[in-house]
Amino acid sequence: MSAVAKLVSVGDTPRPVYELTGVSRFFNDGKVVALDGVSLTLPKGEFHSVIGSSGCGKTTLLKIMAGLMPPSRGSVMLGGTPVLGPRDDIGMMFQHATLFPWRTTAENILLPIEVRHGRKAARAERGRAERLLQLVGLGGFEDAFPSELSGGMAQRAAICRMLISDPQVLLLDEPFSALDEITRDFMNLELQRVCMEREASAFLITHSISEAVILSDVVHVMSSRPGRVVQSVRIDLPRPRTLEMTSLPEFGAYATTIRNLLDKGAFL
Amino acid sequence: MTDQAQMPADAAAMTDTVWVQKVSWSARVPRWVSMTVLMALFLATWHLVSISGLVSPLILPTLSDTVSDLGFVGRNLLSGGYMLSAFWVTTKEVLVGFAIAVTIGVTLGILVGETTFGERAVMPYIVAIDTMPKIAFAPLFVSWLGFGIGSKVALAAFISVFPIVVGTAAGLHAADANGRMLFQSIRASRLQTLIMLKIPSGLPQFFTGLKIASISVVGGAVAGELLGGGQGFGELIRAAASQLDTPRVFSLIIYLSLLGVLMFGLVTWMQHKFVFWDRSSTTKPVQS
Repeated sequence: MSAVAKLVSVGDTPRPVYELTGVSRFFNDGKVVALDGVSLTLPKGEFHSVIGSSGCGKTTLLKIMAGLMPPSRGSVMLGGTPVLGPRDDIGMMFQHATLFPWRTTAENILLPIEVRHGRKAARAERGRAERLLQLVGLGGFEDAFPSELSGGMAQRAAICRMLISDPQVLLLDEPFSALDEITRDFMNLELQRVCMEREASAFLITHSISEAVILSDVVHVMSSRPGRVVQSVRIDLPRPRTLEMTSLPEFGAYATTIRNLLDKGAFL
Repeated sequence: MTDQAQMPADAAAMTDTVWVQKVSWSARVPRWVSMTVLMALFLATWHLVSISGLVSPLILPTLSDTVSDLGFVGRNLLSGGYMLSAFWVTTKEVLVGFAIAVTIGVTLGILVGETTFGERAVMPYIVAIDTMPKIAFAPLFVSWLGFGIGSKVALAAFISVFPIVVGTAAGLHAADANGRMLFQSIRASRLQTLIMLKIPSGLPQFFTGLKIASISVVGGAVAGELLGGGQGFGELIRAAASQLDTPRVFSLIIYLSLLGVLMFGLVTWMQHKFVFWDRSSTTKPVQS
């Protein structure tokens, strides 16, 4: 009976993009356990966050998901195939925009194309880069150098670089933590818009509770040493999310739940 | 309270608290004035000391003797005299030595900066040789390459190659972790990462090394001439000094410094052109 119910429910829930099973990572010949048996599923089109204090292994987890680092144990599947190295269907964004000052904004955005398919292909895709810049409100900045962009503008250009290769999943490592709070709120809503428009799945690392709640369908709370997922909290707030929702009692309840889980993880 | 603060009656009672911030007089004087004043002070002191008779003219020539000799050497250079051909010999040594130093320096720098073997096995030897007093190799170069231009070129290249190696190797390590991770995540090859990430990020350090080399290469060539003869400017200086013609030594050194300024200026200009996105390491002050 339950097996039948399971089968039916599979048809309803979206196809998983990422499937992590028992992912562990040891450093220093196993003396340091950065990640201990992390299992989670990221279905297509959903936005998930990982929250935890510094040093809980969030970035290690993201690197393993991105294929930048192998796990010591466990399996990482993306779209049904194992992740055994960096892949073109993954888009990444880091804490710093990491735009290269000797390239114009458009050249920076087209860098992934240039590396994978050559300069000619990059030149052919210029129109798409311009449209992406328009999408994030940077139209007309194609030929500006990064030194002429503000921090928020640079991160928006970094979003474009991530999107240029049409990734099916976005991995975001505290992408806006270096920005001031006003800009960060705005950028988070931009990110939501971009994800909803492309039905992209996203996986965000953050240490801001409100950022995690406002953006996510599911928040995975991590404890440190060893890094484990303590609990995954589903956020049932309607989309699109707005900043006004932060004053809803439900928002406060979710934030409290997560904060309590974080406290428990930090001191146990 | 707030109403009271906005009342115009209070505005009348307000007194300006404008006060003058103290600025030292040297900060108010334009830069060229300070530089001219300092130069004038230096020349005046020189003049007074040399005419007072306290110092023998063999040790410190008078200002006027030096100036007139500067004129003589300048006329000889402009009229294509024997000094011009000596100047060309030294210039050739400097340029060939620099070209050799850049070629070897960049090759070794990439070997050391890009490969683990180079970093672990080659670098210690480079550091070891760099700590040696390189001028002491001059007699060896003379006995290997003779009294001609070759031994001077070799010493000039030998002295100036190390800053280029170190600058290149340090530059290749300059790319930050985020940039490397980005290149890794877009599956860039090692060659692509080198050309598109590491070399551009390393250009400021490379040019710093190149600037040091551009100055030391002139010193190397002249040292080679002083120790190994030949037909360059160094030989003219040695000959003038042995004849106790101190004003000539002074003016030759001043013309020789033009060569150093020229080399340094050339490298700075190239840096300005190629590293347009990084103004911090050029001689220009940073705009805030």
